[in-house]
Amino acid sequence: MTAGLRVEALGKEFVPGRPVLQDVDVSVAPGEFVCVVGASGSGKSTLLCLIAGLSRPSTGRVLLDGHEVLGPGPDRGLVFQTASLFPWRDVARNVAFGLEALGVPRAARQERVRWLLDEVGLAHLAGALPGRLSGGQQQRVSIARALACAPRVLLLDEPFGALDVQTKEDMQLFIRQVWQDVPSAADGAATGPARRSTVVMVTHDVEEAVFLGQRVLVLSSDPGRISQDIAIDLPEPRSLEVKRTPEFLKIKAAVEDLVRAEHRAHQARLSP
Amino acid sequence: MSRAEPMVAEEGRQAAETGVQGGPPEPPLPPPARIRLLTTSVSPRTAWILRAVSILGPVTAWWALSATGMVDPTFLPSPSAVWSAAVDMAGTGDLPSDLLASLGRIGAGFGLAVLISVPVGFAMGTLGWAQPLLEPVIGILRYLPASAFIPLLIIWLGIGEPSKIALLVLGVVFFNTLMTADVVRQVPHRLLEVSATLGASRLRVASRVVLPHALPGIIDAMRVNAAAAWNFVVVAELVAATSGLGYRITRAQRFLQTDRIFAILVVIGLIGLTIDVALRLLRTRVGRWTR
Repeated sequence: MTAGLRVEALGKEFVPGRPVLQDVDVSVAPGEFVCVVGASGSGKSTLLCLIAGLSRPSTGRVLLDGHEVLGPGPDRGLVFQTASLFPWRDVARNVAFGLEALGVPRAARQERVRWLLDEVGLAHLAGALPGRLSGGQQQRVSIARALACAPRVLLLDEPFGALDVQTKEDMQLFIRQVWQDVPSAADGAATGPARRSTVVMVTHDVEEAVFLGQRVLVLSSDPGRISQDIAIDLPEPRSLEVKRTPEFLKIKAAVEDLVRAEHRAHQARLSP
Repeated sequence: MSRAEPMVAEEGRQAAETGVQGGPPEPPLPPPARIRLLTTSVSPRTAWILRAVSILGPVTAWWALSATGMVDPTFLPSPSAVWSAAVDMAGTGDLPSDLLASLGRIGAGFGLAVLISVPVGFAMGTLGWAQPLLEPVIGILRYLPASAFIPLLIIWLGIGEPSKIALLVLGVVFFNTLMTADVVRQVPHRLLEVSATLGASRLRVASRVVLPHALPGIIDAMRVNAAAAWNFVVVAELVAATSGLGYRITRAQRFLQTDRIFAILVVIGLIGLTIDVALRLLRTRVGRWTR
């Protein structure tokens, strides 16, 4: 049994003969933070949906710790671009939803929810309805809700895409912090980084991908394939200052060129 | 014409300042009109005044019309005559017992219709096979006027309570089923996906996600159909009954007691209003999150 997330020869077509994804192979080690960038229409979100088990692959398979993914489950938390909170449940009960489904007893549930809300800085809003929260706060709640079940993998689909620039930067630091602080349900023997959740985050913002990811995967379009797998060797833990260093700017420019080239090729194929 | 002159002068001055001659021809623009949104609002005070006018206006017109003596009081009794007829009927105990009889039928018939239609509508809104199986037949049945079933129902069930309750159920159940199904179908797909990734079973998603999301809309549908239930209970009692508000109306008709008919109509209106307000309050309580 191999630990971690494995995507093997994954393909998906919604219309026969027009694959959105084809032969996607990725391995993500336990506790790794990986970002996927790609032009729009490259099948980034489809890839996440397949890993989450919300749709079934046309070819290939997804393995988590050696077990094939056959459907959605609490071992893979998913966060969408627009926070899809339960509007009739207050913040604490939103976070508790997955724990209720797991049958965690009330006292343990409340304790975990309180700890998580503290961790995401929303303890003072535990009783508030989602409609009262700002976009950034709503996204913090969705992340806390996904983390409540201590998932092995946290899947983020453009989670900060709808936020303003300042909030977005706050949230980037926040997700890094959460990744370091909130352990996943790995076996008790694992320590340090191996106890962290694996994070796979899809974004179209190259700067965000380079800043957050330990690895950046560039997805090409028509059909979607991993065209580049770039290790990001920047000092850990990442702070905002790193965004101004020459190394950061150099990597960012290189990835941007790759994405731009994919985008141009995609446009050319659309209008021959 | 005098209005156009300053504009010409303005244009000339601008052209002189920027040194641009000619350029693309500009459309002659009319002076800016004041644009307003289609929907308007009034202050809470004005709203309350309008509400009072809405009730008091027709009542005053009624009172004025009967006071002039232009209309025979047998056709249009005065408000005071209606009031005394109501007091009279209340005094003999007829009105309260008829009211209870009608309310009992509403409770049974409407309650039964809700008990059937909400689960069936819920199934139609969530289960792929229930929709194509049930929608065609219900879509046809709902256009058959329930009152046309009265003769059949009397043949099938007799003239007792069952036929009246059955009429109520027939009149309400199809509409309420389709409206419930619509509301249930509006639950965002994203919420269902999120629930699945959080490990919730289908039963849990139905009870903890779809039901709470749809409940305010289900109550709205009930409010609309409660009005229809009131209609049908009176219709049922007009035809064959020995108690109830509809029965009391037919009796009063026989003796040309229009004041009594009016009194019963007012009572029916007030009870309807009470049911509506009660369901509205329930809706506000249950659907606090929708605002």
